[in-house]
Amino acid sequence: MIKTNKKEETYYESILRKGYTRRDFMKFVTYMSAFMGLQSSMIGQVAKALETKKRLPVIWEHFQECTGCSESFIRSDHPLAADIILETVSLDYTDTLMAASGHNAEEAKQKSMKENYGNYILVVEGAIPTKDDGVYCTIAGRTAIEILKESAAGALAIITFGSCSAWGGIQAASPNPTGSVPVDAIIKDKPIIKVPGCPPISEVMTGVILHYATFGTIPELDAEGRPKQFYGKRVHDSCYRRPYFDAGLYAESFDSDEAKKGYCLYKLGCRGPVTYNACGFMEWNNGVSFPIKSGYPCIGCSSNEFWDNGPFTERLENVPGFGIENTADKIGKIVVGAAVAGAAVHAVATNVAKRKELKRNECLGEVNEKNIKE
Amino acid sequence: MATATYNYKRVYVWEKPVRIFHWVTVLSTTILIITGFIIADPPAINSNLEATNSYWFGKVRAVHFVTAYILIANLIFRIYWAFAGNRFAKWDNFIPYTKKGIKNILYVLKVDIFLMKDKEHKLSDISIGHNYLAAFSYFIMTLFFFLQVATGLALIADNSSWFLPKMFHFIVPLFGGDTIVRYIHHILTWLFMAFIVVHVYLVLYHDYVEARGEASAMLSGFKFIRSERVDETEEDIIEKTTDQMWEGENDESK
Repeated sequence: MIKTNKKEETYYESILRKGYTRRDFMKFVTYMSAFMGLQSSMIGQVAKALETKKRLPVIWEHFQECTGCSESFIRSDHPLAADIILETVSLDYTDTLMAASGHNAEEAKQKSMKENYGNYILVVEGAIPTKDDGVYCTIAGRTAIEILKESAAGALAIITFGSCSAWGGIQAASPNPTGSVPVDAIIKDKPIIKVPGCPPISEVMTGVILHYATFGTIPELDAEGRPKQFYGKRVHDSCYRRPYFDAGLYAESFDSDEAKKGYCLYKLGCRGPVTYNACGFMEWNNGVSFPIKSGYPCIGCSSNEFWDNGPFTERLENVPGFGIENTADKIGKIVVGAAVAGAAVHAVATNVAKRKELKRNECLGEVNEKNIKE
Repeated sequence: MATATYNYKRVYVWEKPVRIFHWVTVLSTTILIITGFIIADPPAINSNLEATNSYWFGKVRAVHFVTAYILIANLIFRIYWAFAGNRFAKWDNFIPYTKKGIKNILYVLKVDIFLMKDKEHKLSDISIGHNYLAAFSYFIMTLFFFLQVATGLALIADNSSWFLPKMFHFIVPLFGGDTIVRYIHHILTWLFMAFIVVHVYLVLYHDYVEARGEASAMLSGFKFIRSERVDETEEDIIEKTTDQMWEGENDESK
């Protein structure tokens, strides 16, 4: 089952061993290079790197999560994309997919971490609860915080796969009963590559690992720690329904004619204009579809605190702290209404309080009027 | 008859650049509020046209962005004028850091906001340009304008190749995402509308109570102040202005 020499394999060798052809390999390289935003002249360099570089071991930790990210990952667009990492993952440690369980699994992880100290990629799926010493998520009797700190110590870089490990996700949504935090709230001294999404697109992780294999560096990240190649654009800007947005053609309800025609879902609360992700051009399940293509507005699942910015199918979000029914416009109307009412009251009060002054001015003016020289 | 009413003198208060700034702000803010609300919640005017043949919402957004840049240029110009302009346009009108400023704020609160009796009738209490409370409210609004500009530029930064909006991209991670930035941008619009109501009302109030051209001053540039507050006699002024200002004209006529 586990042969130690596989660890010394290059990516290319492991791909051939799995029964893929050179042609499959080159197709995969071309496809991934395009996703990574590289020029076509770089394909050779990526292929060369995969032929010569040793595979990076991957340790995959699961904390507070629903395993949806793993599900998304094994449905990767190109079978090789998943295989290339999954093989390493299943050999080393991922408690969902690996064959071993219990003590054997923990042992395998410890062994792999020791052997590859300072040289493995740590993938984290799920948020980490911190309340009450982290008792709300324990694996093999140890808390998530403890496990994370241990596996992060020897990691080359950390990929936070999914919105939970990147931002906190659903368990960190208000009122956050278990005090859940994202990985970067605990680990400060390692490069952290955020791959948010609920679930995220699996090619992003493959892309990050291939980028590291090819260039020896982690890809360029934006100010929030996400790889720019995949999170540089809003869903809105790569949406195939964008012409309907610019033309002002909107669906106002899900059962309308406009919805059937595929009009823009902006008025149904689509979060595309404020969400950064690659859904619009990479799509899901082998490029079959993505939420907007299936007629449902984007809920902004790769955005920070998206659970708290509901309701998902309405344009305006609730104002935090003002109760669930209050939208900004309601509050705005009250503020402007109060200003108008205040002005009206003040106007009446002015006529009362300053009546003597006003009366006097009027009288003086009248005297002047009578004395106008003809 | 001399005791029946006062003599007033006409004073040039708002220079032309100040007045142009004011009306450009009025126009651009109005356009920005209208287009802003359309962008926030567009009416679904669904026609039989194909999307290819229609672009009205794109145009509304274009108008919003272009107007915003006009407003930004206008604000930058006004900051320059806060140093180059006359005494009523100077920056120190807007920040009440002096004893005089604070005293004036208390006076305006007392007499104009809470409508209490002005027992002393001191001429110096009546401001010639802005009163300090109004000016301070404009300063606060300017800060909100900056926040509005910064959030707006941050929202458009990813769609722009120009360095100016790109400079504001840091706002998005600072506030924690596009959703909250858009939210601040939206809610500030309501604040500006509330300000417009209060501002217009108070201008009309001053014009009504004091009757010295508060409202029309923003068109003509002139306000009227009691003649006691001006040093020179009428003869002096006429002599001086004839000498200096009409000199060129006189030369031509010769």
